[in-house]
Order: sequence, then C-alpha cells, then structure tokens
Amino acid sequence: MSGGKWPRRLQLAVLAALASIMLAGCGNEYVVLNPKGPVAQTQYDLIMISIILCSIIIIPVIGLTAFIVYRYRDTPNNKATYKPNWAHSTKLEVIWWSIPIVIIAILGYFTVRDTYALKENPNKEVKPMVIQVTSLDWKWLFTYPEQNIATVNYLEIPSGVPVQFQISAEAPMNSFWVPELGGQIYAMAGMTTELYLQADHPGEFQGRGANFTGEGFAHMQFNVKATTQDEFDQWVKEVKGTTPEMSKEDYEQLKKPGLSDVLTYSSFPEGLFEEIVSKYSHGHPMETGGNMHDSMHMDGDKEESTPGSEAGEKKDESAHSTHHMPNMSMTPVMNH
Amino acid sequence: MWESLKEFCSWFFVTGDPLIYGAMVSIALTMVAIVFVLTKYKKWGWLWREWLTTVDHKRIGIMYLIASLLMLFRGGVDALMMRVQLAFPNLEFLHSDHYNAIFTTHGTIMILFMAMPMMFGLFNMVVPLQLGARDVAYPFLNAVSFWLFMFGAMLFNLSFVIGGSPDAGWLSYPPLSQNDFSPGPGQNFWIWGIQISGIGSLATGINFIVTILKMRAPGMKLMKMPMFSWSVFSSCTMIILAFPILTVTIALLYLDRFAGAHFFTMDGGGNPMMYLNLIWMWGHPEVYIVVVPAFGIFSEVVATFAKKKLFGYTSMVAAVMGIAILSFFTWAHHFFTMGTSANVIAFFAITTMLIAIPTGVKIFNWLFTMYRGKISFKQPMMWTIAFIPCFVVGGATGVMLSVAPADYQYHNSYFLIAHFHQVLIGGVVFGYLAGIYYWWPKLFGFKLDEKLGAWGFWLWNIGFYVCFMPQYALGFMGMTRRYYTYGWDLGWEPLNLVSTVGAFLMGAGFVFQVWQITYSIKHGERDTTGDPWNGRTLEWSIPSPAPFYNFAVVPQVKDMDDFWRVKEEKANGTYKEEPVHLEPIHMPKNSGLPFIMSVCWFIAGFGFVWEWTWMAIIGMVGVALVMWARSFQYDTDYYVPVDEVRRTEASLGRVY
Repeated sequence: MSGGKWPRRLQLAVLAALASIMLAGCGNEYVVLNPKGPVAQTQYDLIMISIILCSIIIIPVIGLTAFIVYRYRDTPNNKATYKPNWAHSTKLEVIWWSIPIVIIAILGYFTVRDTYALKENPNKEVKPMVIQVTSLDWKWLFTYPEQNIATVNYLEIPSGVPVQFQISAEAPMNSFWVPELGGQIYAMAGMTTELYLQADHPGEFQGRGANFTGEGFAHMQFNVKATTQDEFDQWVKEVKGTTPEMSKEDYEQLKKPGLSDVLTYSSFPEGLFEEIVSKYSHGHPMETGGNMHDSMHMDGDKEESTPGSEAGEKKDESAHSTHHMPNMSMTPVMNH
Repeated sequence: MWESLKEFCSWFFVTGDPLIYGAMVSIALTMVAIVFVLTKYKKWGWLWREWLTTVDHKRIGIMYLIASLLMLFRGGVDALMMRVQLAFPNLEFLHSDHYNAIFTTHGTIMILFMAMPMMFGLFNMVVPLQLGARDVAYPFLNAVSFWLFMFGAMLFNLSFVIGGSPDAGWLSYPPLSQNDFSPGPGQNFWIWGIQISGIGSLATGINFIVTILKMRAPGMKLMKMPMFSWSVFSSCTMIILAFPILTVTIALLYLDRFAGAHFFTMDGGGNPMMYLNLIWMWGHPEVYIVVVPAFGIFSEVVATFAKKKLFGYTSMVAAVMGIAILSFFTWAHHFFTMGTSANVIAFFAITTMLIAIPTGVKIFNWLFTMYRGKISFKQPMMWTIAFIPCFVVGGATGVMLSVAPADYQYHNSYFLIAHFHQVLIGGVVFGYLAGIYYWWPKLFGFKLDEKLGAWGFWLWNIGFYVCFMPQYALGFMGMTRRYYTYGWDLGWEPLNLVSTVGAFLMGAGFVFQVWQITYSIKHGERDTTGDPWNGRTLEWSIPSPAPFYNFAVVPQVKDMDDFWRVKEEKANGTYKEEPVHLEPIHMPKNSGLPFIMSVCWFIAGFGFVWEWTWMAIIGMVGVALVMWARSFQYDTDYYVPVDEVRRTEASLGRVY
C-alpha cells in the first residue's frame, strides 16, 4: 500500500521542511509521523501525499500573494499597470477552476483506494488475533477471547501479527487510538466497531481515548507493549498462573465511574463482551464493521489457542509485575 | 426560613470556586453600575424608546455588534483559562469539571453567541444599505430575532453562576449529554439557550432572503447585486435549510432528558449516532453559514482598496452558491471514525474535497482583483491580506483532514483543533473584523484609529500563528482535544507553552481593539463625506452615519458597482443629473413587543431548564399573548413627511 518510489523521495524533502518548521524535528514524540505498523504506514504515506499535493497549491499562492501585494501597492512612485476595469478572463478562470479539480482528483484516488484497503486485514499471510476492547468510565477493558485473559488499561500484543480489535463501550462514546500503530475508531455502546492494527516489531506505544467522555477522560491512557510471539505466549501463561479471575461482580465494580490502575485477570466471564454489546443493542447487534461473523469467536473457546503458540516452558517469576505500569500518571482523586 | 434559603442557594447557585465567586461579584457590580448610571442621567426612557423598542436595522445591527464583542470577550477569557491550564503538564489551575465546562462554553459561545450575532450585526448594518432599501423586509421580525438571540445568550451565560455550566462539549453528544452522565440543569441551559436564539436565527435567515429577493433598488438585477449581499443570500439559504434540523434535534434531546424519551439514549432503543448525524447536518452547513459572509466582505474590501472591479464576479456568485449546496453533503466527515462502510466514508471524503474547489477559485479571484490594481493598506485591507495566506493554509489542512484514512490519525487531535481555528479565526474573525473596520464609519460617522488598530492587527496575527501552528505539531504528537491535563512523559510541554503565549498575544490584540474603539469615539477621524474609502456600492452614496430612513431618494441602479459608476461619470462629465423628487417615506413604527415576547421566552426557557413546568407554562402563555396582541395591531407604520426628510438631509450636508 505504500505510495511507490516517487512519493518516498518527496517525503524526505517534506520531512526535512517539517523538521525545520517544528524545530524539534521529528523526534519520537511525533507519534503520528513514526509509524510502527502497516496501518500507520499507510496513513503516514497518505499524510505525506496530501502534504505534497497541498504544498503544490499553498506555496505558489502565498508567493503570488506577496508578489501582487508588493507590486501593486499604491505608492506615488509605483509604475505598475493599473487597469481598474479589467475584471474578467475566461482563460485565467478556467485555469484556476481546473487546478484544484486536478489536485482533488489525484488525492481522491488515493483516499478511496486506502479507505477500502484499511477495512481489511493489513497482513493477509497471518491469521489475525482478536482482542475485544470495551471503553468504560474511565478505563479501558481488554478481553482476549482466544487466550481467555483480560487486562485493564494495558495491552500486550505479539508483533508481526495483525490484531483485529472489536470495540464497544458501556459508557459514553470514546475512540480507541494507538497513533504509532494506526488511526482510531469509535467505541460505542450497543455496537461493535472493528479495527485492524499490527506492530511490525517489539516496542512500547502510547494508546489513548480520543473522544471526550467526561470527568476522567484525560486519564484514559494506556500502554501498548508489542513483544515477540514467544514472549507474548509466556506473558499469557503468567497472567493465567498468577492473576485473579474476573467475576461478574468484578466487572460490575470495574464499570462504575472512576479511574483504575493497570489490572490483569487470568480469565473473564464467558461471553462478557458479547453481553455488553447486546445489552444496548436491543437484540439486534449493530455491526458497523465488515465481515464480523467470520472472525467472531463466541464458541466459548477458552483454551490457550494463540495461533502458532508453542507450549511455553520458561517461567519467569518476576515477569508479571513488570508488565504493570506503575509510572502511569494517575490521580485517583475523583470525587465520586 | 433562613436555613431553607441557604439550602436553595447551595444548589441554585454555583458554589465552591473562587473564580466563580469573583465573576458573581463583578456581574453584580456591573449591573448596579448600569442601573445607577441610567437612573442618574435619567436615561431609562431613552434606552426604551431608542434601543429596546427599535426596529431600525442599523440600531439592531449595532446591538448585535456590542453583544457579540461582549461574547468574544467571554469566549476569549474561557480560551485563555484553558491555555493557562495546559501551559505546563499536571497543572491544577482548573479541575477536570471546570475545564470541561469551559471548553464547552468556549465553543458554544464563539460559534453561536459570538460569530452568529457578529454576522447578523453585519447583515443588518450593511445589506439594506447595499441594496438601496429603507429597511429589511420584516423590521418587526428583525427585532424579534435580535431579542430572542439576546435572551437566549443571557440564559446560556447565566449557567455559570446559576445551576452550573454545561460540560459535555460544544455539541453535547449523547449519551454523555443525557441525564445518566450529565444530571442537573447545565445541559438544559445549553439546549434552551441555543433553542431560543436559534428561532431568532431562522427568522433572520428568512428575513434577509426576502429582503434580498424583494427589496433591491430598481435596476439592481440579481447579477448586479454586490458580492456581500450575494454571500448573505447564500448564508441565509443555508440557515433556512439547516436551522430547523438543529431545532428539532435539540428538542428531541430535551425530550430524552425531560420526559424520559429514548431518541438518543444508550438504552431503551435510542441511538446516539443518530444525534451525531443530525447535529452535523446542521453543524457543517453552520460553519459555511458563518464563513461565506466573510468571503463577501473580502470581496467588497478587496475591490475598494485595490480600486478595481471585483475579478470574476460570475465565478464568485457560482462559488458561493455552490458552497451553499455542497455544504449539505459533507456532514459525515465529522465522524469518519464511526466505523461505517467504506462506501459511505469514500462518498463523504470526496464531497468534502469538492468544497475546496469553489473555495480555491475565490482565492484566485481576490488575488486577481488586486493584480493591476492600486492597493492601499487601510485596516480593512490589512485584515483581508492577512486572511489569504492564513485561509489557504487552513483550507489545505482541511483538505488533508478530508483524506479519510489519514483522518483516523487526525480525528479529535490538536491537528483538527488547529485546522478549524485557522479557518474560523483566519476566515471568519479576520473577515468580520475587516467588515467592522470597513463599515464602521457608515454606522457611526467616524473611522477607527489606524495606529491602535495596527497594534491590534499585528498582535492578533502574530499571536494567531504562535498559538495555533504548534497545535498542528501537537496533533502529530498524538495530543487529543479536551484533555484537561497531560503528563511530563509525552514531550508535549514546550509547544503547549508556546501556544499559550500566542493565545495571550491575541488577547492583547483584543485589548488594543477595545482601546481603539473607546479612543476613536472622541478622537477618530470624522467622516463628513459619507464615502471615506472611495467606495463602490450604494451604501457609500448616503451620508454617514446613515439617516434612519437610509435613502432620501431610492437610487436607480445601472451597474454592479453603481456608486463607482456615478462617480466615474461625474468625473468625465457624462453623468446625467436626474431631477430629484422627494416623497414622504414609509417607515415601520417602533414596538416593545419583540422585547416583551423575548422576556417571556426567557422565563419559559428558565422554567424548562429547571424543569419547573409552572414557570415554563407562564412564559409560554406570555409568548402566546404577545403574538395575539400583535395580530390585532394595525397601526404599525407611518410616513416621514418630505419636510422632515429635507431637514434631516440638510443637517447632514445634503441639499435637495
């Protein structure tokens, strides 16, 4: 899905320009401009294509403005032509109706192409892993149906494997966003939206809610850790072995408004996510994604069934606690 | 008794925040001061006769302008408070609730209670004069519109000292804005403040459409109508198509909250996404409603100060009307991220991009109006020139946002924030300021001081770029809008601090403008000719300030820039002096009913806000009574005798 060779070269030039504008350059903090997976890469390419196409208009127009304003200023010694009644030129007007039409046509082509592409698994060779995401007031619940584990405000995924996020909410509408891996999608009660993301390499990324949900909204940030498949399997094993189970009551507690630390659960009530969705969908689950039925796993498959996982043998006792993010800035002082 | 009063006050008033107590005290002091001054100088009767009951479009325009400048101040203070809170990570200047209320009121006020009335103020001040008309088509309705806006705005603003401000964002998305998540009267204040003023907006839209279609001076064919009036026509077309959607949508939201309906609730069969669709079906045309008149202003200003005919008039008319139509087909781009099918997303991405075409064409036409002109850099022109690069960049980032898959990365980030502030400040605010500077002498009879204006201009402009360019970068850093705080670990702090500095520069620019106005009242250059800028259209042919009947003789129009034609013909001696024949002028009578009716609406609105049904009923009965009374009023107009017209004109230096 990359834009071929020519945009790449121009991208470098544009990046250099951006760097000088932004002074700080494109350091790691520019998460949108540091794609770490195929989806974010596609979007990064589109951003660069659109910057280039827009620059084709912006730069000459600003230059022309400066020139005209200077050239035709009303000063006593200005000898520039003055034609007060020259107000029409079909040739010129055809030109500037056409320029934006051509630019929009080019941009429209790339836009439509990638709009369709991003609805699909970005990595056709690998079977995607499913993670269910629920936005609550004000924390994120992640349930892993294939592994039957759950986490709160923390996401761990294997790198090189596309992840299909199935996203819903039991709270006001939020938006699930991991900028380094790709753009966001809304989390809405009674509906399931679908988003494919993939991390190409191990690493840690910021994730956050991007649609305002009230008082604790700013604290709905979470870390995403991409590991190798082995490490991921190992982590799942530890979670299963060392953390408590999530009961229905635990979920009821969790969904009450308030902040939460990072939590992990060795299991979650069967069909929890589907139940959350159907609670608000009046018996007709609204699917806003594409081919949901193919990938839904509602059959109570509670065994460890990560694709390609080997029975992890290594056991690292201290590993579990390291997955928690004690440095996550939380101020649990909400007055509820 | 005392205890129950205390109890009442504790939930009726907003308590516990020193900033709000300060605001309460200053509001009380201001009101005492106003009452004192009016009483001491025996001005109550004057206020009632000359202003509260007026149906004169120019006075209504002035009142709109004053109200919108006050609202600009309040919305600006909101903005500065937000910027202070975000200047450094983990600041505790504002708590989450307070911050949420402030960004909500900032957005609502700036769009609905600042931009809209400033725009209506300009419509009122200019359109009848530009058309050669003596008033708008429905002067009484015009007063109704203004007072509905005014009392709607007052109801909305009351919420920050009484009951609590709304805090679910400027468009109050459900389910967050529903009772479950936003109990209390705050959201109701939002609904009723907008509802009441929205009725006024719709009426203004109808009023100006009819004015433009029916009240043009003889000879002014539609294709000879000045560009500003065309832009008003485009804007009003959008108003009458879009505002009913707003009215119905927030009425349904109120039914959800008040009567337990389930239109947009999370449970019970409601669909919050329906609200998003409906509100943006109004909301997207709304941004064009406010920006298209700014395009009209730039067209007038550019032609006047380049001393050259507007380039590509026909293209410009096609562009503003094209925008009016296209604006109704782009709403879903506000939520590309809701996960609809690729077909829907692709459709709205393309329609959004299409808007860039007519908009881009206008930029070229303005540039080529200046090309081979003679540009003088007076204040209205300065704002127009500053607008072009600002809007080109803002428009380009808008095109970037319309690239749907990329929008998944920009959505709700500071990139979006920077974009819409760039088009709304660079387009709407710069445009309206240009318009205010341009037409100020026509309304008030004096120019605004150039030197203080230059300070205001440069502070606004430099401040704008310092404030908003870093926000594009913050968007690329993943900073999400509506965060009341952020941590040190994200690297967001340097650019946020820069942005805050920029916001204060703009604030300083506003202070200079207020100073400029107060200074110019005494010292501003008087306009004795009625044509201070060497203008081109009809409004400059009459004295400044314009007499209450506008035109002693209704002009015969032959050209788009008719006054320019007359001046040229006079200069080269081809002008044929027509014999002037003064006739009695038919004018509408003042009426207190619009004011009284709006007070009744305010009472009803207050009752609806607190869900005090008895009070709402009293208010609505009052509204009905006023309408009933008006239907039996037959003595609503009068004729200004020829003698009085002659005397008035003579006092303004024109002899007939």
